[in-house]
Amino acid sequence: MSQVKSGYARPLDLKNGRVDLAHGSGGRAMAQLIAELFAAAFANDYLGQGNDGALLPAASGKLVMATDAHVVSPLFFPGGDIGCLSVHGTINDLAVMGARPLWLAASFILEEGFPLADLQRIVASMAEAARAAGVPIVTGDTKVVEQGKGDGVFITTTGIGVQREGIEVGGDRARPGDVILLSGSLGDHGMAIMSKRENLDFSAPIVSDTAALHGMIDSLLDAVPTVRVMRDPTRGGLATTLNEIAGQSGVGMMLDEAAIPVKPAVEAACELLGLDPLYVANEGKLIVICAPTDAERALAALRAHPLGKESCIVGEVIDDAHRFVQMRTALGGRRMVDWLTGEQLPRIC
Amino acid sequence: MKYVDEFRDGQLAKGIATAIARAARPERSYRLMEFCGGHTHAISRYGIADLLPANVEMIHGPGCPVCVLPIGRVDQAIRLALEHGVILCTYADMLRVPASDNLSLLKAKAQGGDIRMVYSTSDALNIARKHPDRQVVFLAIGFETTTPPTAVAIQVARAEGLRNFSVLCNHVLTPSAMHAILAVEGGVKLDGFVGPAHVSTVIGSDPYAVFARDYAKPVVIAGFEPLDVMQAILMLIRQINDGRSEIENEFTRAVTPEGNRKAQALVAEIFALRDSFEWRGLGSVPNSALCLAEAYAEFDAERRFACDYVAVPDNRACECAAILRGEKRPQECKIFGTVCTPENPIGSCMVSSEGACAAHYTYGRFRESA
Repeated sequence: MSQVKSGYARPLDLKNGRVDLAHGSGGRAMAQLIAELFAAAFANDYLGQGNDGALLPAASGKLVMATDAHVVSPLFFPGGDIGCLSVHGTINDLAVMGARPLWLAASFILEEGFPLADLQRIVASMAEAARAAGVPIVTGDTKVVEQGKGDGVFITTTGIGVQREGIEVGGDRARPGDVILLSGSLGDHGMAIMSKRENLDFSAPIVSDTAALHGMIDSLLDAVPTVRVMRDPTRGGLATTLNEIAGQSGVGMMLDEAAIPVKPAVEAACELLGLDPLYVANEGKLIVICAPTDAERALAALRAHPLGKESCIVGEVIDDAHRFVQMRTALGGRRMVDWLTGEQLPRIC
Repeated sequence: MKYVDEFRDGQLAKGIATAIARAARPERSYRLMEFCGGHTHAISRYGIADLLPANVEMIHGPGCPVCVLPIGRVDQAIRLALEHGVILCTYADMLRVPASDNLSLLKAKAQGGDIRMVYSTSDALNIARKHPDRQVVFLAIGFETTTPPTAVAIQVARAEGLRNFSVLCNHVLTPSAMHAILAVEGGVKLDGFVGPAHVSTVIGSDPYAVFARDYAKPVVIAGFEPLDVMQAILMLIRQINDGRSEIENEFTRAVTPEGNRKAQALVAEIFALRDSFEWRGLGSVPNSALCLAEAYAEFDAERRFACDYVAVPDNRACECAAILRGEKRPQECKIFGTVCTPENPIGSCMVSSEGACAAHYTYGRFRESA
């Protein structure tokens, strides 16, 4: 007589095991991966329904939906990993719309051969980020591609939130005379990733700023509900984001180089690689544009939050039919801060 | 940032700007050429033009390695990747330079060419070590600054017996280009040069003596930081006012009269002078570029693969040639900012951040719209 209990399945080997094609086949192996790895980490009632989709309660107000694909390389970097990054990215997209994020969906594309231990680390990091943010991951999907057809793991997250009552924000709402605020130093995420690229042999004490911004934004909107524009300057950095807003709003901008915070290590790393911190990605910074009469209150609200301690005013919106973003240089001259040309740093988020 | 911030200080800049305004005589103009793309970039990025009087005009020179490479040289590299199937390694600036048939190295990569961006020659060597079954070619470009690292790579390749590594050599010489600019009849009128920074760390300040002696042009060697450039402009204006034409060195923290002897010796061993080399803008310039010396011919990609250089004319609407000679300003080109932009460059000067057109487009084009 066999000693094995009926219905017994050997647990996933989370120490030495690897993703194989069966994990994406729809069969028992996939069910096991989902149950033991994803469901165990993300546990919540909606996910626990176990159906093809999550049945969610009705939400009152305007819904905001956002999605974000993550292909960062390396998967683990100082200050974070693709897991928490994928949670923060979508939460921030919702938050800058003035929405309170409610639910997330996550889909994984796994490469055959990817270590289950790494996957577990990533999933744990996602679960922790979602828990800390108070936004459950309520549904998901997993696919496996053959070795060489992916790069370890790609994660797409989609989120739904409800816009706060009475909030009207958008990239088209900046007006000449408005003030541009920034919640902290530039370039930390992009340079943290660069410092770990295998072909770049430099070590720097640079840590990614990846963070969920909805808490800080909530307190900002409590203080200044009339904020006109909010954006998180991710790929392309501050420069690209401001050019987008200038284009949408039909205005120009004038920045003050001396006022823009950049950490010395980031500045030095950029100098070494010939990069401009204005164009380097951030994953936990916020740009706010508001009327000059709101600026001091907005600044105080941002600074009162742990993620916004270094907030500052970096420039103003000006009238300009050309929609140029310009900057007074620290040297005393003037220059344009143009759109990014080409790809400065590939695969950073 | 220590040792850098000091050279970007706004207060000091104000002081030099005042001194320049005082020194520049209102009854005359000062036409100064910054030879290097590094200077062009600094002038544009820091808005130095705003700190100069109207009668001090900076003219951009040809010292942008990517800009002076003619189309035929890029074609050669593309042929190596697409037809000979080599792994072609090069610096990032090269990737978007327009070539024949609406191609660039980046577009050739999208067509399946194995083209890789490297940060240094040692990256290229690593790729060769990793792929012993593949031919790896390093597309070497640049003035005297980037020549020694290429020389070291060849030396290492020989020492390690890396038989799958070779170099497509396009290294060019600064003094030859300066000669070519001054020798053009009816060419650009210049009162002096802001001399190269990094190039001069290798060749020293002595090789410029000939420009003071034969052409009566003052040269002030300057670092790439904005205060370096401003100080050099002040020194040039003073020389011009005094009727002097001397070689002065503002960049003494890095440049000596004799330069880096060790680097010079290595370059002399591994490379030989080409009789003539075609430059974009300057045409064929005698003794202006290097190829591999006979003793190192085995590492010469031009010999290893059948890929002769074929001259290709520039796009007819493109003014890169006149801009590289300092005869035209970027905004005087009909296609500047319209057909030719950094996203879709027609000419090479719109590609590299050191190119005159790209620098003006990216940092300075608000000036015309004001």
